[in-house]
Amino acid sequence: MTGAGMLGLGTYRPARLVTNDDLTRQVDTSDAWIQTRTGIATRRIADSEESTVVMGANAAEKALAAAGLAAADIDAVIGATCTAPSQIPGTAPQIAARLGASSAGTFDINGGCAGFCYAVSTAADMVRAGSVRHVLVVATERLSDYTDWSDRSTCILLADGAGSVVIGPADADRIGPAVWGHDGSRPEAIQVPGRGDNAFRMEGPAVFRWAISLVPTLRTVCERAGIAPEELAAIVPHQANLRIVEALAGGLGVPDVPIARDVVDSGNTSAASIPLALDRMMEAGEVVSGDPVLLFGFGAGLTYCGQVVRCP
Amino acid sequence: MSQADILDGLAAILEEVAGVEPADVTADKTFIDDLDVDSLSMVEVVVAAEEKFGVKIPDEDVKTLKTVGDAVSYIQRAGVAA
Repeated sequence: MTGAGMLGLGTYRPARLVTNDDLTRQVDTSDAWIQTRTGIATRRIADSEESTVVMGANAAEKALAAAGLAAADIDAVIGATCTAPSQIPGTAPQIAARLGASSAGTFDINGGCAGFCYAVSTAADMVRAGSVRHVLVVATERLSDYTDWSDRSTCILLADGAGSVVIGPADADRIGPAVWGHDGSRPEAIQVPGRGDNAFRMEGPAVFRWAISLVPTLRTVCERAGIAPEELAAIVPHQANLRIVEALAGGLGVPDVPIARDVVDSGNTSAASIPLALDRMMEAGEVVSGDPVLLFGFGAGLTYCGQVVRCP
Repeated sequence: MSQADILDGLAAILEEVAGVEPADVTADKTFIDDLDVDSLSMVEVVVAAEEKFGVKIPDEDVKTLKTVGDAVSYIQRAGVAA
């Protein structure tokens, strides 16, 4: 059996930057209030042309280029999104068509904010099993379509963007075992109810409490990968808000390991937040190709998934 | 455990989690308005209090704890029940 690894990473950040001061025109808030409570300074909000498909395809093209592959080399496209514009159809077939990945199998998964990690795990297992050679994972989100712009507890958090990785064969396994789980007894903690009610709602404190209870799980992810937490090159949790990121990653007790803080500039982009945050750390040279990093997604469901991967 | 012991324990947690001056922590103070403990810090206080006092404080009960005195009484009752 062959191993699997990330061969290339690409992202798309919408052009429009929205500051905290911009939001004070919509809701009763302030830059200081938002920064103290969430750590977020700015976020990217897509315009009408930047659909989940367009953003996702753009990120995927960059991931393909980084991997040195063409669209024709792609055997499957997995979309990871919880903010597709429509219930039907999914985004993956449209992204594949846009890329010209004509021989790819296509499907979406909705793992909420953990969607990227679930998709990476699925893709890696497909490659290891020999079903496919190259899988494109495309996490693409437009939370702004589902944002209640009168709810100051959530509209300050949510944002848009896309991140993509190519997963393919590797001599040694470069994607560690996924550790996952759920508390599906609390569907109301984070929800967009649907059936005419498209407003994102979240019970922030309850979600925060659940998230920080997952610190021991991060340790389990490292154990399953056979790596000590202090050997990690970075911790890249879902960028929910800076306080959750720091409480969760900080709970591992390895202060010398850098923590992704892309949420400060990019807000919460759900499934797209982990590849966006990893790309930023790679661009900044905080991590380099081959470095072991801990990815950990958690959110709506409630559900979570994490793994240690080697940087592409 | 006496109410005074619980109050002292809570004051220590509030100082560590939210930087609240221990002398400011009295039974009549509200967490949000008087002590400026926001909702996420309140979660950290509750989690730390559960550990320190060996009690369970479910989310739905956290919402009812407006003042330090509310929390002290709750922890004392929960401690007896446990």
